[in-house]
Amino acid sequence: MRRRVQTFAVHGVLVVAALLTVLPLLWMVTASLMPAGEASAVPPRLVPSAATLDHYRALFARLHLTRALLNSAGLATAVTLVSLFLNSMAGYGFAKFRFAGRDRLFRVLLGALVIPAQVAMLPLFLILRALGAIDTYWAVVVPGMASVFGIFLVRQYALGIPDSVLDAARVDGAGEFRIYRSLVLFLCAPVLITLAVFTFMGTWNDFMWPLIVLADDRLYTLPVALANLAGEHVQDTELMMAGAVLTVLPVMLLFVFLQRYYVAGIMSGGVKE
Amino acid sequence: MGRGRIDPGWGFVAPALLAIGAFFFVPVVASLLLSFTDFDVYAVARPDRLRLVGLGNYARLVAEPRFRTALANTAYFVIVGGPLSVAASLGAALLLEAKVARWKGVFRTVFFLPVVTTLVAVAVVWRYLYHPRHGLLNLLLGVFGIGPIDWLGDPRWAMPAIILLAVWKNFGFNMVIFIAGLQSVPERLYEAARMDGASGWQQFRRVTLPMLAPTFLFVAVVTMIGYFQLFAEPYVMTQGGPANSTLSVVLRMYEEGFRWWNVGYGAAIAFVLFAIILLLTLVQLRLRAREAIP
Repeated sequence: MRRRVQTFAVHGVLVVAALLTVLPLLWMVTASLMPAGEASAVPPRLVPSAATLDHYRALFARLHLTRALLNSAGLATAVTLVSLFLNSMAGYGFAKFRFAGRDRLFRVLLGALVIPAQVAMLPLFLILRALGAIDTYWAVVVPGMASVFGIFLVRQYALGIPDSVLDAARVDGAGEFRIYRSLVLFLCAPVLITLAVFTFMGTWNDFMWPLIVLADDRLYTLPVALANLAGEHVQDTELMMAGAVLTVLPVMLLFVFLQRYYVAGIMSGGVKE
Repeated sequence: MGRGRIDPGWGFVAPALLAIGAFFFVPVVASLLLSFTDFDVYAVARPDRLRLVGLGNYARLVAEPRFRTALANTAYFVIVGGPLSVAASLGAALLLEAKVARWKGVFRTVFFLPVVTTLVAVAVVWRYLYHPRHGLLNLLLGVFGIGPIDWLGDPRWAMPAIILLAVWKNFGFNMVIFIAGLQSVPERLYEAARMDGASGWQQFRRVTLPMLAPTFLFVAVVTMIGYFQLFAEPYVMTQGGPANSTLSVVLRMYEEGFRWWNVGYGAAIAFVLFAIILLLTLVQLRLRAREAIP
């Protein structure tokens, strides 16, 4: 009897919490399908009287969000590819080679995790400006080329590669880069997928840095374009919700399909002290 | 490997180190140096007009009411929002790890969804949810007889509104870490506690919480560092208003450094933020280290 009460209570709380958690996202979707003005009805509506895709059409046809969507996808892909390459090399280097000063260097890198990114932003802007990279895609890609977190993640995983496997490849005459390219990358595939998901989502969702370095609205990423629209179209609730859905949906789909890897990444960061 | 040859390990780490060095460490050091200068919009065009002002920027900051407001607001967000977030995460993790709980995978995915959303997008969504007349939140509260609240228009409610959004957006992240922590508590500890006649609450108090101490430390430090960087929520929802009640330190840095191009002054703001984060991180690590010694 007590157990049944407990089961009921636990599931009751879980269901209510889950409903409250999805409600804002659910309303975002339904409101984006409502005819103009309906989302501001009193009392508020949850379901559209007649679903319409007009606002999505307006986003693409009138407000040119296609461009922002492509910018976001392209930039997130570029940052992901470049940083996967550099981070995987460095993570492997820190895990499997014993060069002088290695451990001290790695500790310095880890210590840098306490430094908020905003500390570097002002000089970084000036440096990129001197290089002529401000207001170009480069300004978004360059600071994301490598990350301490990514190096750490790959290193922890690469520590588990047996030295005997690498030595066997060396005996067979394979060069160091070849071993990395055809053996290490293959063995580290799970952690690289984790890192790819993290980096892609992080870049896609990033707001402050693209806001600072992109002034030309043709280069805007979705979050920057959306924040901009939110200022101009405060009254167009349904249109703004369509914009929010467009911004959120790609990363959410990515998460749903790859959540196993994503969650594994968080745990590997949290559990290993 | 022969003598005199550079270890191939360097070849592997060098590209990433160069990138991080040039585009993170160099700017951090430059930021510290800039914070001792009067680098402003005129110096952007003509760097030779730069002057050293020593600790002048920091002295001005300490005396500036607008900065103090930003600091107080950020502290409010961290001190109230941080523990609320962590409590929500722990609560969700405990529910999902309850023996009787079913469909754990589904619930976990749902609780995690807000984490992967784009902050700007959900801030836009919540701005409408908070609408005093046709927002869903007031409708929901109205059912319980709670009168309409002007969430983003009332200086007393604007920061709580931002905290609520942040808790909703972030609790799933720490929840996953807590779940991992809970799963690593050996079952035999609970068995031993039950043999000694410990109640459910006593088991939680004497077994679960102490065993979660390292997880707590990690979660507390990471959450604190993240929450001190509050920016996008007020930028999108309130622009720091009403009456500066949601003006944060990073928002203050943004307007000073990137809107008015007072780079030296902005760099000083960034360093104050860094110093606070560093200090509080060290304090937390020290406190927990002392606790760990019985």
